[in-house]
Amino acid sequence: MKVIIMGCGRRGAQLASMLQREGHDVTVLDCSEEAFDTEGYLPEDFSGTKMIGNGMDLDDLRRAGAEHADAFISATRGDNRNVMAAQIAKHIFGIPRVVTLVHDPIRAEIYHSLGLRTVSPTRAVAELLKEALEAPEEEPLPSSAEAAEG
Amino acid sequence: MYIIVVGGGKVGYYLAKELVESDHETLIIEGDAGRCAEIADDLGDIVMRGDGCEVSTLERAGAGRADIIMAVTGDDEDNLVVCQVAKHKFNVPRTIARINNPKNEAIFTTLGIDTSVSATGAIMAQIEQELPTHPLIPLLTLKGGGLEIVEIKIPPSAAVVGKRIKEILLPHQSLISLIIDSAGQPRVPSSDTVLHEDDEVVAVTMKESEEALRTALSEPPPEPSL
Repeated sequence: MKVIIMGCGRRGAQLASMLQREGHDVTVLDCSEEAFDTEGYLPEDFSGTKMIGNGMDLDDLRRAGAEHADAFISATRGDNRNVMAAQIAKHIFGIPRVVTLVHDPIRAEIYHSLGLRTVSPTRAVAELLKEALEAPEEEPLPSSAEAAEG
Repeated sequence: MYIIVVGGGKVGYYLAKELVESDHETLIIEGDAGRCAEIADDLGDIVMRGDGCEVSTLERAGAGRADIIMAVTGDDEDNLVVCQVAKHKFNVPRTIARINNPKNEAIFTTLGIDTSVSATGAIMAQIEQELPTHPLIPLLTLKGGGLEIVEIKIPPSAAVVGKRIKEILLPHQSLISLIIDSAGQPRVPSSDTVLHEDDEVVAVTMKESEEALRTALSEPPPEPSL
């Protein structure tokens, strides 16, 4: 499957390397050069395509192969950038599978009702935090127990 | 009418000022507190601080009863989202987006924004009107001698349409060396070759004769004198 990922931050990079390991043809798109240097989040053995470009720009998307892509994921920190890019991917390029990260749960709902596959981490993460808070006290881990003895 | 303007930069400010003067109920939504204070000083209590992309902000602004929402920030993605949220969450009847990157115009139309206004596009259209309609394109400057190779498309209105090359008065040291017809077929002309509209003419000329060559090949015939 040919996949384009917009945004090479922690999330985009993690997803890119997961998909590439599973054998997909992955192109990661990020506006900043630094996203791809040694300070970036992609593992060194990542062998997919890294491209500097704007995921909301038609020409950049074309260069990234949007015309023949099977899937597009927008995973930057900006909700508006993500939904704009996702809509371009879906409605202009007709990419069959489009998923977008939307931090604001309300916007996520709106764009879901407009036909996008949205993933909103905010509510899910809040629930995880609440769960962790309410869970019974864990057994101290061996390392921290040792540290306590010392 | 109740009109919400999202973005209190220069465009938003002057837009709101005009709207207020035309007696429309107007509200500016702007994220920067300092900018909000400046606008309030000038235009009075018509500005609200907040992120116009947030549903809660639009709710506080009374988007549900707005007749028009105009998103005029400097970021196209924000303008798109403001308009889409206004339309789908608050049923605002008319949404207008400012477009900064002219390439986004077609995208906005496809994505259902009622009206988009591209200042860059408008300025470009203006510039294109001001420029000579049938510019001469320099292709290559030959080293030494001040000669260059140029290209020009023969407009339908040109006096030379239908004329043989030997009938055309070309400036000094100018030579038509290649003609590409409107079907894309190139040919080396003879003195009997007839020029047609939309022919692309490649010519060798002196740098200082450029303008005279352009005139000779593109100007309409002179008005008959009475």
